[in-house]
Amino acid sequence: MNSAGNVLLRNTRCQDPACIDDYIREGGYRSLRKALSAEPGQVLDEVKKSGLRGRGGAGFPTGMKWSFAAADPQMPKYLLCNADEGEPGTFKDRVIIERNPHLLIEGMVISAYAIGAASGHIYLRGEYAKARDGLLQAIKAAYEKDFLGDDILGKGARFHLRLHLGAGAYICGEETALIESLEGRRGHPRIKPPFPVNEGFSSKPTVVNNVETLANIPYIIEIGGDAYAKIGSPECPGLKLFSVSGHVNKPGVYELPMGVTLQEIIYTHCGGIRDGRKLKGVIPGGISTPVLLPDKIDCPMDFFHLQKAGSMLGSGAVIVFDETVDMVKVCLRTAEFFEHESCGKCVPCREGIGWMRAILDRINRRDGCEADIALLAEVSRNIKGKTFCPLGESAATVVQGFVEHFMPEFEEKVGSR
Amino acid sequence: MREISITGGEPLTRKKTALSNKILRELNDLKRKYDNERFSLLPALYLFQREYGWLSAEALEKVGEILGVPKTTVKSVSTFYAMFRHKPMGRHLIQLCTNVSCMIMGCERLTDILKTRYGLGPNATTHDGRFSFLVMECIGVCDIAPAMVVDTDLYGNLTEDSLIGILERYE
Repeated sequence: MNSAGNVLLRNTRCQDPACIDDYIREGGYRSLRKALSAEPGQVLDEVKKSGLRGRGGAGFPTGMKWSFAAADPQMPKYLLCNADEGEPGTFKDRVIIERNPHLLIEGMVISAYAIGAASGHIYLRGEYAKARDGLLQAIKAAYEKDFLGDDILGKGARFHLRLHLGAGAYICGEETALIESLEGRRGHPRIKPPFPVNEGFSSKPTVVNNVETLANIPYIIEIGGDAYAKIGSPECPGLKLFSVSGHVNKPGVYELPMGVTLQEIIYTHCGGIRDGRKLKGVIPGGISTPVLLPDKIDCPMDFFHLQKAGSMLGSGAVIVFDETVDMVKVCLRTAEFFEHESCGKCVPCREGIGWMRAILDRINRRDGCEADIALLAEVSRNIKGKTFCPLGESAATVVQGFVEHFMPEFEEKVGSR
Repeated sequence: MREISITGGEPLTRKKTALSNKILRELNDLKRKYDNERFSLLPALYLFQREYGWLSAEALEKVGEILGVPKTTVKSVSTFYAMFRHKPMGRHLIQLCTNVSCMIMGCERLTDILKTRYGLGPNATTHDGRFSFLVMECIGVCDIAPAMVVDTDLYGNLTEDSLIGILERYE
């Protein structure tokens, strides 16, 4: 299981991925045993050394996040798994949970041990019915085998895990909104600080980690932090799942080392553009990351290089557009999405995105004028930096990305060209 | 063309009018599982929706009463989430993804068919109560775009023909 492509996506051949015996036979839960025979601080150190950064989108160093919560003297502490995969274009967390639920559970128990959490929740997207069924079955089996409970593997460690379903709100993927939702409220992001690591779920220290982040933990414990840090990009090492969709011949989830180029993903792994057409643009990390032009596809896919190229790694959701795509329409659809998903708490986001959508709508209908393009930019500027959470900021940045990169198409639709 | 169907999850149940004792018992059991009763609000709403197909004003009031949450708060929370439905739905729920990956793979042709063949616009129900059509944001199966969920069955790589063929199976 030690080569790229077969760590996070292992167990793919199993008839029943939730079957715990198969998982154990393949070496599963061995990392948990290893972790429990070390001190929590040693486990934390391995994760720090691994250089692992959060795979949900923000890319915060996982070991550092854990150490803040571990150092907080308040008890109890909580570990939450963010499985509210809602970023359009992303489907990797669903694949991990459907194919390999025990990998996530094992990762969570190890993580909880390192930070000193005795209970945790998986906040799963409400739409993921199949993942939910498999996960419930896997949690039950893990309890029966003493991988969860009051005395894990007879070593005195304690961790209880419960599944909680989201109900269709993109914003709940933001960690403080997720906590609000878990507490039975509207998913409105909280102001930070205090950060969840000090004051999160039930106002107690809480670590919120993405599914893929947690799924990397057993492997880090198995091979050691130093060895993991040698995989992929030196700046942000490790394995990454890429969800590839759009106009490629072989869409799907690919497990590759961090730093693989877009060129390799599209042409080597995904078989190139369908019908031999030309590439027009590509979104590298889900629709909240700005679109890139074909001249940037030699960019290594990691947090560091994509930022330099003018975009972000986000969730690693690659959406590929061929030459037939109307980019003004894609831009409009993106704005519609963000308008729909704005939680409504901050005025610049709630009202501003609505205005952006309205302007884009008339441009797309060819009812716009040249001044609308400048107006769009002005509305974007008035959203950026003026909201609690990154949703408004993303909407503004992404819309401006489309306008800047595909200006001739916008100009053509407003008749100034 | 590859057609994928995965069955699972909760069935859409028929709309009942009166709240049964069974569901009130289940709700009481549910709230005891949480340290803070308020935290059980979303699971409680799911419980009622599973039973009745949608959340009536009466249901919201009952949930609030049992969990000790003001009914305005219950409504505020419930209406925040797209998956909670506040009006009766048709017998079958068509949830078609229209986000970017599905859009560029042709979901607009599918929404056109729903309109022309079934007279079904976004977020509406057919006159005979057979189908309700919900426009979905990304449903996380972009590798088989365009995709939809009918009730709890997932279908991908849809074409005009396969869409019609699939829907004809739902009476």
